[in-house]
Amino acid sequence: MATGTHAAHADHHDHTPGFFTRWFLSTNHKDIGTLYLILAACAGLLGGAISVYMRLELMNPGIQLMGWHPNPGHHWNAMVTAHGLIMVFFVVMPALIGGFGNWIVPIMIGAPDMAFPRMNNVSFWLTAAGLVSLLMSLFLGEGAGTGWTIYPPLSASGHPGPSMDFAIFSLHLAGAGSILGAANFITTIFNMRAPGMTLHRMPLMVWSILVTAFLLLLALPVLAGAITMLLTDRNFGTSFFNPAGGGDPVLFLHLFWFFGHPEVYIMILPAFGIVSQITSTFSRKPIFGYLGMAYAMVAIGVVGFVVWAHHMFTVGMDVDTRAYFMAATMVIAVPTGVKVFSWIATMWGGSIRFTTPMLWAQGLIFLFTIGGVTGVVLSNAGVDIALHNTYYVIAHFHYVLSLGAVFGIFAGFYYWIGKMSGRQYNETFGKIHFWTTFIGVNLAFFPMHFSGLAGMPRHYIDYPDAFHLWNEISSIGALISFASVLWWLFVVFHTLTAGRKVEANYWGEGATTLEWTVSSPPAFHTFDELPKISATAHH
Amino acid sequence: MMGRTRTLALAGLFGVGVASLFAGGALAQFVDLPHRGQMNLHDPATPVMEKLVSLHTGLLWVIGLITLLVLVLMLYVFVKFRASANPTPSTTTHNTLIEVAWTVIPVIILVGIAIPSFRLLYFMDRTKEAGLTVKVTAHQWYWTYEYPDFKVDAIDSRMVPLEDWAKFSDADKRDRPRLLATDNPLVVPANVNVRVLITSTDVMHSWAVPAFGVKQDAIIGRSNETWFNVVKEGLFYGQCSQICGDNHAFMPIAVKAVSKAEFDKWIAAQSKSAALAPATDVASAAPATPAR
Repeated sequence: MATGTHAAHADHHDHTPGFFTRWFLSTNHKDIGTLYLILAACAGLLGGAISVYMRLELMNPGIQLMGWHPNPGHHWNAMVTAHGLIMVFFVVMPALIGGFGNWIVPIMIGAPDMAFPRMNNVSFWLTAAGLVSLLMSLFLGEGAGTGWTIYPPLSASGHPGPSMDFAIFSLHLAGAGSILGAANFITTIFNMRAPGMTLHRMPLMVWSILVTAFLLLLALPVLAGAITMLLTDRNFGTSFFNPAGGGDPVLFLHLFWFFGHPEVYIMILPAFGIVSQITSTFSRKPIFGYLGMAYAMVAIGVVGFVVWAHHMFTVGMDVDTRAYFMAATMVIAVPTGVKVFSWIATMWGGSIRFTTPMLWAQGLIFLFTIGGVTGVVLSNAGVDIALHNTYYVIAHFHYVLSLGAVFGIFAGFYYWIGKMSGRQYNETFGKIHFWTTFIGVNLAFFPMHFSGLAGMPRHYIDYPDAFHLWNEISSIGALISFASVLWWLFVVFHTLTAGRKVEANYWGEGATTLEWTVSSPPAFHTFDELPKISATAHH
Repeated sequence: MMGRTRTLALAGLFGVGVASLFAGGALAQFVDLPHRGQMNLHDPATPVMEKLVSLHTGLLWVIGLITLLVLVLMLYVFVKFRASANPTPSTTTHNTLIEVAWTVIPVIILVGIAIPSFRLLYFMDRTKEAGLTVKVTAHQWYWTYEYPDFKVDAIDSRMVPLEDWAKFSDADKRDRPRLLATDNPLVVPANVNVRVLITSTDVMHSWAVPAFGVKQDAIIGRSNETWFNVVKEGLFYGQCSQICGDNHAFMPIAVKAVSKAEFDKWIAAQSKSAALAPATDVASAAPATPAR
């Protein structure tokens, strides 16, 4: 067992700065984590509201809800784009990496804070500025209606006006914030582990953030370069992606997906880390096959960099190139399978308690499996021709992200909210939240497999009447999901105002990582002296 | 709906139904449409789609069984090892044999999947012997079809505006549904290898016909190639499959496959200078079976 040499002080107010200094000029990893979580929750409500708006429009054939807009088709595209960019860059990434990563990783490795506390603050405010820039793109001009992939020429000559520039600049800001954050995590994890906390004793949550940070550090600069070229194409007469000047739109696709594919692992790996902690805690068993689990994530990260063009099977690449990307993509199923089976093996022989975080974690494992196997179908360059850019793809990536990463966020929320706030959520309320979400999202996303197989293309404001049935069911599911999000807001409110006060380790015997050795909430400065990690069993 | 589709498919295959040259003809013309509650791929109309559907069916079994296995294991664990049933947890954290097994077995399954996948990929790539070449040019937001083998004018293909569509007869509305009905379908001969060259004059689009197993992006400055060989006469629909701006949802694709004789008649009628067209008529020069 990893045990700290002491529990922190009960005194929570040691050197706590004033309100403005504490929240606007913060250098404290826990406060910055909290800021990230608040940002993600606000952005999540906005992104969720947009998805409900879109689902209501799609509930029936014809254009109804968006008919107020003079150009409904463009309005639709702008909503799709905003939903995608918000959810990816301002909900999932800030919540999992900036939020839980910042809060938990330093405590888990026994570090007093992040390596570069001021840079940590810069990371957050760059992300917040990015969100502002994205919102400005919605209101200055007509909105960016390109999809989150911002392919030229649609994003270049196809979008005059300032909207697209603000959207691109938003990605610059969020990307810069993430790169700084990644450098911070890597430095922290490599240099600031407590004595005895070897790499192979780190909890899997820390491993997941470490791998994610490397993916961010290597992938985001490529995106930054690509969108900078796009920006100069738009504004300064260059023609990197314009064939009339010797450029090539497909080059942008390659650059985008060289970032974009690692990005999807950036979104899911921290959720894997959270699931590992929770599964182990509530089975009261250490992780099964710890090294396999850690290196499976490393493998996913490495292979994730060499599969990008499987998003581009229809752009006219050479058949041998497509064959390579198909084979490489299939390889990822192997480490992913290792993770799923290892989680099940962790529970095997355990003593399982079905608390709310455990429900979310197990929901993630099963639903991610569904998203994973449809990924194997899509990896087939041949079969993908029928499915590319249909709702099948929408179903696939919402199963791995909405039902994967977002389930991971909620799992982490219920697992750590007592630690973060000192107050525990109500178990019944939490379970209501889980089950309504579980039913809602499956109702919303499962029928999309069917409409996708039947050929319904994505990014459509209106569809042939034959697709009505599945769209109607999806929309009902979306409404249930959004209702459960509103319920979650109540759960948060209830927890923070009326939740039971909890001690250091409120989960009991199964919770063995360092954050359970310090008070709930931890002192402003978590460790006064470094904990010593001496045990042989770990994680 | 399935029943109707099958009957019509048979009619088309046996040449019982005389396909009308004009879209929306009253005679029993095979029309490929998505139908309400459809849960699977379109019925194949080309050898490529036939192979694609059968590979997908196989994959569906594999992924279905894997998902079922995971579900059963999870439920078993939940029941067997719940805290009330198993108060004392075991301390097992390693088992080399099982870890090797769940790494190697998926590899074997994936290799099993990869072999037919490669076969399909190389089969669908392009045709060596095309009986006809058509050039598809995408615009915001319509398609232009050209027949480089013949001296005929380019044909623009646009969605039938909704106000015009509303005036259709019931039979027309059924065969040419809202958002799919086009003014000019692409006309091709059935049972001929058709090479399709695809490009764009503005943003990216994607030319897709689900029943053919065809989807190819249209990109400015590039000429992309794909092919199909429609084995039954009839009318087939698709929709633009790459976000292309305001009217992305309103640039459908319609392909009308007719007999070789009808195609010759149609292409001749298309041009006053049809006599200048190649001496050999396309249909008899074309191989009846796919090149590979």
